[in-house]
Amino acid sequence: MSVQYKLVTCTINGVERSGMVDVRASLTDMLRNDYRLTSVKKGCEVGECGACNVIIDGECFNSCIYLAVWAEGKNIRTLESLLGPNGELSDIQQAFVDETAIQCGFCSPGFIMTAVEILEAGKLYTDDELRKLLSGHLCRCTGYENILRAVKKTMYKRLGVEWTEE
Amino acid sequence: MNVGKNITRMDAAEKAAGRTKYTDDLCDKSALIIKIKHSTIAHGRVISMDTKEAEKIPGVIKVVTCFDVPKNYFPTAGHPWSTEESHQDVCDRLLLSEHVCYYGDDVAAVVAETEIAAVQAVRAIQVEYEEYPFVLDVQEAMKPEAPCIHEKYPGNILAHTNIRNGNYQKAIKEPGLIKVEGWYDTPSVQHCHIENFICFAEEKEGKIVVTSSTQIPHIVRRIVGQALGIDWGKVRIIKPYIGGGFGNKQDALYEPLCAYLSTQVGGRLVKLDVSREETFVNNRTRHAIRSHIITYLRKDGTIVANKLEAFSNQGAYASHGHAIVAKGMGCFPQLYPCPNIEADAYTIFTNRPVAGAMRGYGIPQAMFAVESHTDDIAKAVGMEPVEFRRKNLMPVGFVDGFSKNENYYDTFNQCMNKGMEYIDYDRKKKKYANQTGNIRRGVGLAVFWYNTAVYPIALESSSCRMVLNQDGTLQLQLGETEIGQGADTAFAQMAADAIGVPFESVHMVSCQDTDVTPFGTGAYASRQTYVASFSIQKTAEAFKKRILEHAHEYTGMPVSNLNLVDGNIVRTSDNRVLMSMKELAMEALYSRNHSEHITAEETADIKSNAYSFGCTVAEVEVDIALCKAKLLNIINVHDCGRLINPALAKAQVEGGMSMGIGYALSEQLIFDEKTGRALNNNLLDYKLSTFMDHPHLEVQFAENPEPTSPFGTKALGEPPVCSVAPAIRNAVLDATGVAVNQLPLNPHNLFKRFYEEGLL
Repeated sequence: MSVQYKLVTCTINGVERSGMVDVRASLTDMLRNDYRLTSVKKGCEVGECGACNVIIDGECFNSCIYLAVWAEGKNIRTLESLLGPNGELSDIQQAFVDETAIQCGFCSPGFIMTAVEILEAGKLYTDDELRKLLSGHLCRCTGYENILRAVKKTMYKRLGVEWTEE
Repeated sequence: MNVGKNITRMDAAEKAAGRTKYTDDLCDKSALIIKIKHSTIAHGRVISMDTKEAEKIPGVIKVVTCFDVPKNYFPTAGHPWSTEESHQDVCDRLLLSEHVCYYGDDVAAVVAETEIAAVQAVRAIQVEYEEYPFVLDVQEAMKPEAPCIHEKYPGNILAHTNIRNGNYQKAIKEPGLIKVEGWYDTPSVQHCHIENFICFAEEKEGKIVVTSSTQIPHIVRRIVGQALGIDWGKVRIIKPYIGGGFGNKQDALYEPLCAYLSTQVGGRLVKLDVSREETFVNNRTRHAIRSHIITYLRKDGTIVANKLEAFSNQGAYASHGHAIVAKGMGCFPQLYPCPNIEADAYTIFTNRPVAGAMRGYGIPQAMFAVESHTDDIAKAVGMEPVEFRRKNLMPVGFVDGFSKNENYYDTFNQCMNKGMEYIDYDRKKKKYANQTGNIRRGVGLAVFWYNTAVYPIALESSSCRMVLNQDGTLQLQLGETEIGQGADTAFAQMAADAIGVPFESVHMVSCQDTDVTPFGTGAYASRQTYVASFSIQKTAEAFKKRILEHAHEYTGMPVSNLNLVDGNIVRTSDNRVLMSMKELAMEALYSRNHSEHITAEETADIKSNAYSFGCTVAEVEVDIALCKAKLLNIINVHDCGRLINPALAKAQVEGGMSMGIGYALSEQLIFDEKTGRALNNNLLDYKLSTFMDHPHLEVQFAENPEPTSPFGTKALGEPPVCSVAPAIRNAVLDATGVAVNQLPLNPHNLFKRFYEEGLL
C-alpha cells in the first residue's frame, strides 16, 4: 500500500506549525508524535474515554477520532497552552490540584480542557448541567466528586459569584 | 507534625501541567512496534501457521509464532516468590500459546517498523487450529463431561480448600432451627484504568531494560527472568508514573513477551501498546464468583451453623489463582463468628479470559454474597437487618487464630451509626415500609471485612532508603510503588515526622527502577501505607542515629540529650536549637576531618496484619415497570486507622465507591455462548460509571489508631469497593421485597427477578 502524506498547516497552542502527516493519522498521533504534546493521552482511540480531548477552534474534540489532515487551518489548544507566562498553573489547573481532583492523572488533561470550554462559555451552570458537560470523560480513580468541585469552584470564581459549600 | 494533614500530593501540579511522563511518553520514536495475533477460537491447538504473506509486508521485521518461543513455563501473579515449592505460583504460561485456552489467546507476534505494517501483518498470518469443546461457566466446567482445559487439573479444579469449625452436620439437627439458603452470583468485570497496559524493551549495557506500566516492578523483574531463562540481575524494570492499575497491573502482563521480542531483533527498542479491546480480554479480569450459603439459626437470630461453597471462575490460566476466593472464604468464619462452619472454596478453570487481582481481591464478591445473605436471614427471622448485624457481627476483642488480627474497637457500630445518621436510615426505613405503586424507595446497608497486606499467607517486608543531601534535605526511596493512589505523599509525610524534618525537606524518588530502588514487592493488598510505616520508622531511626552522632561531634552534647525537631538539632533538656540540619549536613559531607555520606537503608520484616472495616449505606429508587434501580444517596464509612492524609484518603474512597457503584448497577463482561468471544470489550458497551451515574458520594471515617502500625494506619485502597454492591442490593430488597442475587442490578437482571416474584 502506498503511503500518502499531506502538508498540514495549523495553529497549535498559539504558534503556526506546518508538517507532513500520514493521511491515516489521527490528530492524537500528530500532536503526540510530531509535536511531542504528551498531555494528549490515549485511553481507547475510538472516542469513548475522553483522555485525548483538545480544543479545536474553541470546541472540544476527541482528537483520536479527528483526522490529522482535518486540522488544516484550525486553531488547536492542548493542556500545554494553559500555563501562564512564568509557567504558573492557570486557575482551573490549580483548582484540580487544590481539590484533590487528580490521582493517577491520566484523564486529567482531557478533563481540564473540557473544563476550559465550560469556563469560557461564561455561564453559571447547575451541578446537573456540569455533570452532563463533563460526562464525555471517564475516570476510574476519583469518582468524579473532586473534579466536579474543582470545575464548579473555578466557574464561580471567574463569574465573581460567591461560593457556598453545600 | 505532617501526618494527619491535608498536604497536597507531591505529583499533582506536574500532572495538572501535563508534564508528567507515563510509559508511552518516554518511549523513543525509533521504537519498533509489536502487535499480537489473537486466537479466534476459545479452546484448541494451533496445528500450523503460515506467516509468509505477513513477512512480505514492507516494514515487517520479524514474525514469531507459538512454535518459536522457549518452553520456559512461568507464573504471572504479582505475588512475592516463595522459597517453598508448594507455595509457589502455578507456572502455566508460555510467551505465546500453542494450546489455545480462551478466545483471544496469544498465538503469534509481529515486530514491525510501523503500527500499520504490524497490524497488516497480524491480519495476514494464517492459523490452522484443531478445535476442542470449550466451557465458560464454573458449574459446567466441573461436570465430568466437561472439556479438560489443563491436563494437570482434572475436573478443571485449580484448587479446592476448606474450613471446618465445630460440627456443622450435628449442629443443624437442633430442633426448631430456621434454614436460609441462597445463591449469589457476581460477573466478570474489568479494572478499566484509563491508561492501557503498555511496555517497551531494549537491550542496554548487558541487560534487558523494560519500561512498563506496572504496579510490581521487582516482581516483574523476577518473572521476566524466569520466562526468558536468564539471570534476574540481567533484567532491569523501570516503572514511571502509571495511569491506574487496580490490580490488573499486579501481574506480569506482556513484559516477558516484549523483552523476549527485543532479544529476537538484536536488542532493538520494541514497544507493546495494548488496545482498550485487548485490555478487556488479554490482561486480567475480576473473578466471577458464585457463592452458595446455607445458614441455620434460632428464632432469636442466633446463628447456629453455616455453610459456604464458593466457585471462582479462573478463566484460562492460573494467574493469582486460588488466592482470591480463598481470601473471600477467609472472612466467612470471622465476620459473623459461628461455632459450626463448613466452607469450601473452589477455583475452576474455564475458557474465559484470565482472572487475576482486582481491587478488593475476592472481598467484593464475598461481601456481595455474605451481606446479601445477611439481609435474607434477618428477613427470615423477622429482625431489622442492622439489629441482626449488631447482634451477630464480630465482637470487640475478637482475635483471628491464623492472622492474629484483633478487633480492637467497636468499629462496626461506629461506622454503621455514622452511615445510618447520614442517610436518615431509621426514619426512611419506617417511611418506606408498605409501599405500593410503580416507584418505590428503599435503604440498605452492608459492612465489609478486609485484611491489610498479605501476612501470614506470604512474605510481608518493606525496604526504605534515606540519603542525606548537603543542604540538610533528603531523598526518600521505597520499594512500594506510587500508582496514582498518592502513596508517595503519604510516605513523605510519615518520613518527615519520623525523622523530624519539614515535609518540604523530603524529596521522594517516585519512579522506580529495579537497578536503583530498594527491593519491594509493590502496590497491592492495600499494603503500601501499612508496610511502609514500618520500614520508614525503622530507617528513620537508623538515619537519625547517624545524624545525631555527627551532631555530638559538633556540639559536644551526648546523643541522649539531642533530638531532631523540624529540621534542627535540638538539645532536649532545654529545647535549645544547637544547629540546623543544613549546617550539619554540609559539615558531615565536606569536613576535611571526618567526611561521611549519611544514608540509611533498612528492611522491615513485618509479622503482623490489621483488620480494616467499614460499611456502605445506600438509598435507591426503583422503577418497577422499567426494571431500573437509581441510586439516590450513598455513604461509605471506613476505619482505616489514623488518617495520614485525610483529603487523599477521602479521594481514594470516592474512587472505590464509584467502582462499587458500577459493579452494583451496570458492569459486566459478556461472552458469546457460541464462540466464547467477549462481546462488549470496549468502553462504550461495557458500562463503567460516568459522571452522570453518581449521586454525591459521602465519605466519613471512624478514626481508631491501629496499634500494630508505627503510624496507626491500615488498609484503605481496596476497601471502598467492597460493601457498595450489597448495600445497593439490600436497598433494592427494602424497596421491592425482591432479593436480586445476580450482579449487576441492571434492567436485564431486575426484570428476571421482578417477573419471577410477580411484580410484573
